[in-house]
Amino acid sequence: MDTMSRSTTAPTAPWGRVRRSRYLADRALKAICILFTCLGVFVLGWILLMLLYQGISALRPEVFTNTTPGPMTQGGGIANAIAGSFILTFLGIVVATPVGVLAGTYLAEYGRGSKLAEVIRFVNDILLAAPSILIGLFVYTLMVQPMGGYSGWAGGVALAIIAVPVIVRTTEDMLRIVPGSLREAGAALGAPMSKVITKITWRAARAGMITGILLATARIAGETAPLLFTALNNNFWFRADLMGGVANLPVMIYQYALSPYQNWRELAWAGALVITLTILALSIVARLLFRKDVAR
Amino acid sequence: MVALSQKLLVTSMDKPSRRSPSFNSDQIFRLASLSSALLVLIVLAGIIGSMIYGGLPAFREFGLGFITSSAWDVQRDEYGAWVAIVGTLTSALIALVIGVPISVGIAIFLTQLCPPWLKRPIATTIELLAAVPSIIYGMWGLFVFAPLFAKFVQIPVSRIVEGLPVLGTILYARVPSGVGVLTAGIILSIMIIPFIASITRDILDQIPPVMRESAYGIGCTTWEVVRHVLVPQVGVSIIGAIMLGLGRALGETMAVTFVVGNANRLSLSLFDPGSTIASRIANEFNEAIGLQLNALMALGCILFLVTFSVLVLARLLVARATVK
Amino acid sequence: MSSIALDTSSAIGKSTANTAAPVRIAVRDLNFYYGDFRSLKDISIDFYDRQVTALIGPSGCGKSTLLRTFNRIYSLYPEQRAEGEILLDGQNVLSPSIDVNELRARVGMVFQKPTPFPMSIYDNIAFGIRLYENLPRSELDGRVEEALRKAALWDEVKDKLRQSGMGLSGGQQQRLCIARTIAQQPEVILLDEPTSALDPISTGKIEELIEHLRTEFTIVIVTHNMQQAARISQFTAFMYLGELVEFGPTNKMFMTPTKKQTQDYITGRFG
Repeated sequence: MDTMSRSTTAPTAPWGRVRRSRYLADRALKAICILFTCLGVFVLGWILLMLLYQGISALRPEVFTNTTPGPMTQGGGIANAIAGSFILTFLGIVVATPVGVLAGTYLAEYGRGSKLAEVIRFVNDILLAAPSILIGLFVYTLMVQPMGGYSGWAGGVALAIIAVPVIVRTTEDMLRIVPGSLREAGAALGAPMSKVITKITWRAARAGMITGILLATARIAGETAPLLFTALNNNFWFRADLMGGVANLPVMIYQYALSPYQNWRELAWAGALVITLTILALSIVARLLFRKDVAR
Repeated sequence: MVALSQKLLVTSMDKPSRRSPSFNSDQIFRLASLSSALLVLIVLAGIIGSMIYGGLPAFREFGLGFITSSAWDVQRDEYGAWVAIVGTLTSALIALVIGVPISVGIAIFLTQLCPPWLKRPIATTIELLAAVPSIIYGMWGLFVFAPLFAKFVQIPVSRIVEGLPVLGTILYARVPSGVGVLTAGIILSIMIIPFIASITRDILDQIPPVMRESAYGIGCTTWEVVRHVLVPQVGVSIIGAIMLGLGRALGETMAVTFVVGNANRLSLSLFDPGSTIASRIANEFNEAIGLQLNALMALGCILFLVTFSVLVLARLLVARATVK
Repeated sequence: MSSIALDTSSAIGKSTANTAAPVRIAVRDLNFYYGDFRSLKDISIDFYDRQVTALIGPSGCGKSTLLRTFNRIYSLYPEQRAEGEILLDGQNVLSPSIDVNELRARVGMVFQKPTPFPMSIYDNIAFGIRLYENLPRSELDGRVEEALRKAALWDEVKDKLRQSGMGLSGGQQQRLCIARTIAQQPEVILLDEPTSALDPISTGKIEELIEHLRTEFTIVIVTHNMQQAARISQFTAFMYLGELVEFGPTNKMFMTPTKKQTQDYITGRFG
């Protein structure tokens, strides 16, 4: 402590020079940011609680076994809509996955630095955010008009078009974080590029790519607008050839929620709860999967 | 000579050829991925083509007057886009006015203020808001939000502003039902918050920590660091993020269809029902025939043009900043 | 690296250490933690008024960590904490009652990479002054010019004060950051490897600048370049694995180190 006594320098200025207004502004910013964040969390909580409250009271067992009722019919369920939604989403993902994965692979592996890849990447980013209703109109012109009617096929294609950009983007991003040394090691063994990609890079990026596909599934499972003009909806089980309207949850919810019938509205709430929980579960699983992969 | 060449032939045949089969599959794989990538371009071209193909008859019939006409009369087969355009722009603008400050606030909270253990849960919650299907927002808006909005905002506000100039027009509800352009804007703002907030968060996270440290290092408060150093540093890309949100708001369909009121009336009041391009297409497309169908396609064409330019601009702004 | 240390002897002792100078910063029993990891162990050391003290040691030894405690910049990261005492003119800066923002205006810091703020050259300097002082325009102009002159940058930028600070070269940017720091008239300046991102010519200019600044400020510099430490400092502290191994006048440290570890490091046998 003897060094302390040698400290002869006085502070150049007294402490406490900070203007109060600076701290007021600072506190105001912090308070506002916290308030806004709480608001965001609160709204999600509100929506979920509302869904649970309205949906659980409507979720009776027969809802999962009966088909959607017609006007002025009592009871009914949403079994056909659940099945239809499942089929349409499945169809969309089955079409979109190979296309999206291959396109993402092209951008990450073959198109590095090429002008064409840059354009495709840009267009893909645009499509990622493009209004889904326009995709509905496009598929209507492409398939519904020429085929002479609504069909599950058209619905599946519309959903696939929405899913592709999501898969392209995540696939490319995931392949890009695979270290180049891995590819070099593969190529050094004499493996052709396609083998390097399918056996090494894809495998290394697998969890991330599956995350992308799950996120795309979550995205299309709740899409309503593009199905409105393609698969539409009806009150029956889907036909084996998927021609004609195919019942599905989103369009069912849309039509029933805005109807005057009490049982229809209840079914709409039940459907809303089912679909939201499914989508949130898919998104959370996708996130956990990705996190585990990154942590590894 | 002959013996030698025969011998050479034999040895060369001894070695199995390794190259040719994999060479073929390599080419096929490359071609498959290239054509998948090209499909992305084809889809965009297809969207443009189908809009023009479907909308052309309406543009031919009404000319450029289609854009400025506020008629929408199925009986007389007269159509114009003006009401829907105004509704689209107004609701999207309201969404930005409400949504942008909240989004940026959330991004600042997550990157600058939030304790680390709370970061992930909140970020996930906000991102899950983006995963909720738009039809759910529509139901929430119509059945939960709109009645509350009518009771606690529309009715009292209308009572206060009645008879006042300007405000008495903009914020007066003739029928306080809770639905209308303002309600649509509010619901849209909730829907775009997760997008703008998470992109802005990513952008703020990209700023090297030493930049923050040096600002704190001269004695800045958090507000001063954000206001004078961080935001100017990445201002352009935040604008890009906002434009991405705008693109979403312009094209959002189902939620808006539930709460906008779907009226073809040009009203100066934000409390009055109106319609947007997307909501009108969703509402009428399935029953439309003939010229009405073409008019709806033409609306789609306009929507495409507007959102496409907004999104292109947004991407360019975001890209320019991330390249730097 | 190894050969550099050996031919520094010629540069050592350009200015001799003033051991009679008053103590500006007194560190007492300082421990520092990154989460559960203890990265500084019972550090006690004095920094003398208007002297340059160099902190040297292999990377990861805690020299930057020590530097970052003096203005509590580490507190931006909640998982980091310091225990002990750091007395700046007798005031413990680790005490919660200290206003960190004001502390940081009193203890300026220059970082490894130049960090001009996204504003004009003039505003880069005026910004820090305005935070604490409400000066009329003319006086502010004077302070900006003074700071730029002291940082040996004035002649290069006087005609483009309104242009963005980001447009300057790396060396100029770093001098701008130094000017920004001295414009606040701090008591202590912390330099965290300020030349490691710069070319030799810019490095020379900054070193020259530090020599001038010593007449006014107490300076602590972290460097991994021992030649630099020998050239510019009056005192040197050698740290290893979070501990202060040896501290003393620079010429003594480089000529006759008392600890074997110090000798090994200086002669380039490790690190």
